[in-house]
Amino acid sequence: MTQDYQDGNALAGPLAELFAVDVTAASGRCVSCGHTGRVADLRVYAQAPGWVARCPGCEHVMLRLVRSPDAAWLDLQGTLSLRVPLPPS
Amino acid sequence: MGIVSPGFRRKRRDEDVELPPGQYLTEDFPVLSAGPTPNIPLDRWQFTISSEIGQEYRWTWDELLELPAEEPTVDIHCVTKWSKLGTTWRGVSLDLLMEDVETTADYALVHSYGGYTTNLPLEDLLDGKAWVVYEFEGSELAPQHGGPARLLVPHLYFWKSAKWVRGIQLQEFDEPGFWESVGYNNYGDPWREQRYAGD
Repeated sequence: MTQDYQDGNALAGPLAELFAVDVTAASGRCVSCGHTGRVADLRVYAQAPGWVARCPGCEHVMLRLVRSPDAAWLDLQGTLSLRVPLPPS
Repeated sequence: MGIVSPGFRRKRRDEDVELPPGQYLTEDFPVLSAGPTPNIPLDRWQFTISSEIGQEYRWTWDELLELPAEEPTVDIHCVTKWSKLGTTWRGVSLDLLMEDVETTADYALVHSYGGYTTNLPLEDLLDGKAWVVYEFEGSELAPQHGGPARLLVPHLYFWKSAKWVRGIQLQEFDEPGFWESVGYNNYGDPWREQRYAGD
């Protein structure tokens, strides 16, 4: 295996277009192995037609993001849940 | 993006070369990957064509190499906008691999080691349009470029030329693959600039 990935902080910019909160600070649970960790710790393959974020535990795809000139496609079917820290309401 | 625009011309060596719209010429070979490069021992490598009724046609690595090979020289076009011209590969034509396959399927879903998939009409794999290749420019295909073997379908954007190809599932229905299911065009003709869904 070669290590040609970045950490999940690489998602901060592209996800900031879609969400008002910093999603890289959220904790995600992998649908494949149950590993729970920060989005910032995912393995992001960005040398590709889109961003592909994989679980650091089992390499399962947890997030895919494609940006066209006029839309974004976000796939989270590999993420069972996201816990997003928020200020006290 | 839906407008068909003519290609533009660039000089390469002493000949005029036409590129698909929106593409630029590169002389190197960028590595794009949606996941880790799989390590596939050749004594465990297999390539399988599965028909729509579950019949399987399987080749080991040695069996693939024993088949008559072709050396296509083709232009390749990546959806990230680079094009590389005059690339030479060595491998086995899909026409030959499909020769004994009984099917009435219209679609193919290509599977790779590592989990990648891509879909295309079966007719785009036939009539001299596609190969399973294992050499690039006279050397064995490097793992980062899809070795030990990748699909080569040069008339479509290069994401259809699946690296680390493992098999082809023939289907009566069209099933979007890895990139086709998340915004990329279902067909991907570079000359019609079919990059994204709706193009």
